Amino acid sequence: MGVEILMPALSPTMTEGKLARWLKKEGDAVKSGDVIAEIETDKATMEVEAVDEGTLTKIVVPEGTEGVAVNSPIAELDGGGAGGSKGAAPGHDTAMPQQPAPPAAASPEVGEVAKQAEDYGAVAQRGADRKEGAAKMGEAAAAPEKDWGPTKPMTVREALRDAMALEMRADDKVFLMGEEVAQYQGAYKISQGLLDEFGPRRVIDTPITEHGFTGMAVGAAFTGLKPIVEFMTFNFSMQAIDQIINSAAKTLYMSGGQLGCPIVFRGPNGAAARVAAQHSQCYASWYAHVPGLKVVAPWSSADAKGLLRAAIRDPNPVIVLENEILYGHSFDCPTADDFIVPIGKAKVERAGKDVTIVAYSIAVTWAMQAAEELAKQGIEAEVINLRSIRPLDAETIANSVRKTNRLVTVEEGWPYANIGTEIAMQVMEAAFDWLDAPPVRVCGKDVPMPYAANLEKLALPTIPEIVDAAKRVTYK
Amino acid sequence: MAQAAEATSGKRRGKAASAPPMTRDQLLQAYRDMLLIRRFEEKAGQLYGMGLIGGFCHLYIGQEAVVVGMQACLEPGDQVITSYRDHGHMLATGMEARGVMAELTGRIGGYSHGKGGSMHMFSREKGFFGGHGIVGAQVSLGTGLAFANWYRESRNVSLTYFGEGASNQGQVFESFNLAALMKLPVIFIIENNKYGMGTSVERASASRDLSKNGAPWGIPGEQVNGMDVMAVKEAGERAAAHCRAGNGPYLLEMKTYRYRGHSMSDPAKYRTREEVQKMREQSDPIETARKLLLEQGLDEAALKTIDDEVKAIVQEAADFAQQSPEPPESELWTDVLLEAR
Repeated sequence: MGVEILMPALSPTMTEGKLARWLKKEGDAVKSGDVIAEIETDKATMEVEAVDEGTLTKIVVPEGTEGVAVNSPIAELDGGGAGGSKGAAPGHDTAMPQQPAPPAAASPEVGEVAKQAEDYGAVAQRGADRKEGAAKMGEAAAAPEKDWGPTKPMTVREALRDAMALEMRADDKVFLMGEEVAQYQGAYKISQGLLDEFGPRRVIDTPITEHGFTGMAVGAAFTGLKPIVEFMTFNFSMQAIDQIINSAAKTLYMSGGQLGCPIVFRGPNGAAARVAAQHSQCYASWYAHVPGLKVVAPWSSADAKGLLRAAIRDPNPVIVLENEILYGHSFDCPTADDFIVPIGKAKVERAGKDVTIVAYSIAVTWAMQAAEELAKQGIEAEVINLRSIRPLDAETIANSVRKTNRLVTVEEGWPYANIGTEIAMQVMEAAFDWLDAPPVRVCGKDVPMPYAANLEKLALPTIPEIVDAAKRVTYK
Repeated sequence: MAQAAEATSGKRRGKAASAPPMTRDQLLQAYRDMLLIRRFEEKAGQLYGMGLIGGFCHLYIGQEAVVVGMQACLEPGDQVITSYRDHGHMLATGMEARGVMAELTGRIGGYSHGKGGSMHMFSREKGFFGGHGIVGAQVSLGTGLAFANWYRESRNVSLTYFGEGASNQGQVFESFNLAALMKLPVIFIIENNKYGMGTSVERASASRDLSKNGAPWGIPGEQVNGMDVMAVKEAGERAAAHCRAGNGPYLLEMKTYRYRGHSMSDPAKYRTREEVQKMREQSDPIETARKLLLEQGLDEAALKTIDDEVKAIVQEAADFAQQSPEPPESELWTDVLLEAR
């Protein structure tokens, strides 16, 4: 028997079409790639090319026929030229003229095929233990913060630099690139001294070309290098956001686990002071939305040093959202050589029983000040420093809410779909019955950042707003 | 193809080598590799027509000489990266036809276990870094592969392919600048098949000679007849030697042509059937190689054997791609993040 030529689909949604015209007639010789017919749908006309070779023995569907179902036979070809696969190639097509094959899960040859599939990596049990609820709040007690021993005062700026220097000394695959990071010593002096120690191969000044150098760094990370990309501010990462999301975050998944991207994107995030709308924006919510990225936001020097070290060692892309105003602030920081802060662990900065205040980055400063003020008014606030935005330490938050029964979130970001929104939702999912009041978000106002000093103050969260929110949820 | 013919005759830089760029055995191998791509793509088109392949599917038919000629210039450790019209590149790097086809059908036996599809496949082992769906993104990524070679002080080269449509993207020019500034070993290969989807190059690029697009950065470039596998290899060798010697990037504009639409659902009404037919009849890279091999004394039977072998490989791939199961549901949750150690 010959080969049946089937009605092709022009798109995944096409179910039938019109056979507009035959360009070959019965008895004609046909070669692979020859246009043999034209078919039409309501959207387009398309040429049908022969895949197999031979002689057109029979036209089954005459031209002009409408409503020809996809995959129904439209002509027959003798298998004369089919060659190598002893006519098996075309015969195969006739074997399945009706519908797309069902997923071969139903096939008796599954075992055989699965074995063949192992050529491309062991897949059988992969992911069996992963569940959607991995990020949900359980009721397990959070591990206590490790005691790292002696500390000394250090600015956030020095902590960040030390973290990079330590990791660069330990691993030649780690390097820093960005605008003004080398000869200028960093636009905010975060990379001061690194060029001297590590030289121009590992501390690389780039032109002002975020899209290009971010893509370049991601490509280098695909080969196993561990770039640290400094954005002079995160506002400029929008020039490169396609490479961060579409290339860095998604390639591991799209490659079935073959191609990881161990890269750090860091720089100041959020409002500085009086730099107006285009330079004052929080990206926590933007990046935290994306599966395949981790997002951290250090507050103290210890956070900065420990989280950046963890980010550099992490095999995944990590966004490190720093804060320009905090760079010059000094905090006690552990001096231990191996000090590190694991990604995904929040820290209770101040214990309290009356209300849980969750904050990150500079908002922790405000929350701590508000807690002082609240204490004077007889309200004991528990302040949680998130440190990691994604993955979120839902345990620590839920445990606190189960104790205080009240929740306030504080951040610079805009209200719509911000981190507080996510936290409130997760608390409702995990600890609704423990809540004695609706959670309240204190956050940036829903406007672009104004330049005028008085308006800028109004646009950002204030300590009185946090105090008011805490009193509202405690009904005081 | 007047432009292509002109390209081969007049615009090469450097001297043409006196020896032919390929021995008969090499040409025979190239013929086989090109034919495998052609037959593979025809089969993919057929499976798409049968509803077995979904989404976007961009076929490489007509452009085979470009990847096969360039691949012949590579050394172990060199990298290849391209856009979404990528099946040919994968086969040229030696990735298995069955693994590629099974990815097209979205099955567990595919290179990405069915999670990438036509536009997103990778093989670290074969130096193939994708398969990228965002037009132009692979150009800065490919520059990063070259950066890694520079950083590691290897003599490896990154082959970074993109279409003439992508050549207008801002990050392409950013990459030219970065690669030239840092003298990175990257061969930028513009596969100029004349149409970015439905827009002809004349309607999209003010530049009339894309090989000169790197000129402001001092990147040497040449136009190459991308329908002639030997011309491609000859130019590729020149480019690779330039990069391996530490001279920085090189730009090759491959004058080529795709016979099929931009994707499977493109009726290609922006060009005439005659234009396509003329290219097929007069410039087909596989026919050209075939004629040359016959002139060099190879007999029809030997070519027929190759044809049969290739058909068998493709058929086996198609069978595998239909029999391989869909990924288990647990695959939904894997490969989002790597475990931190």
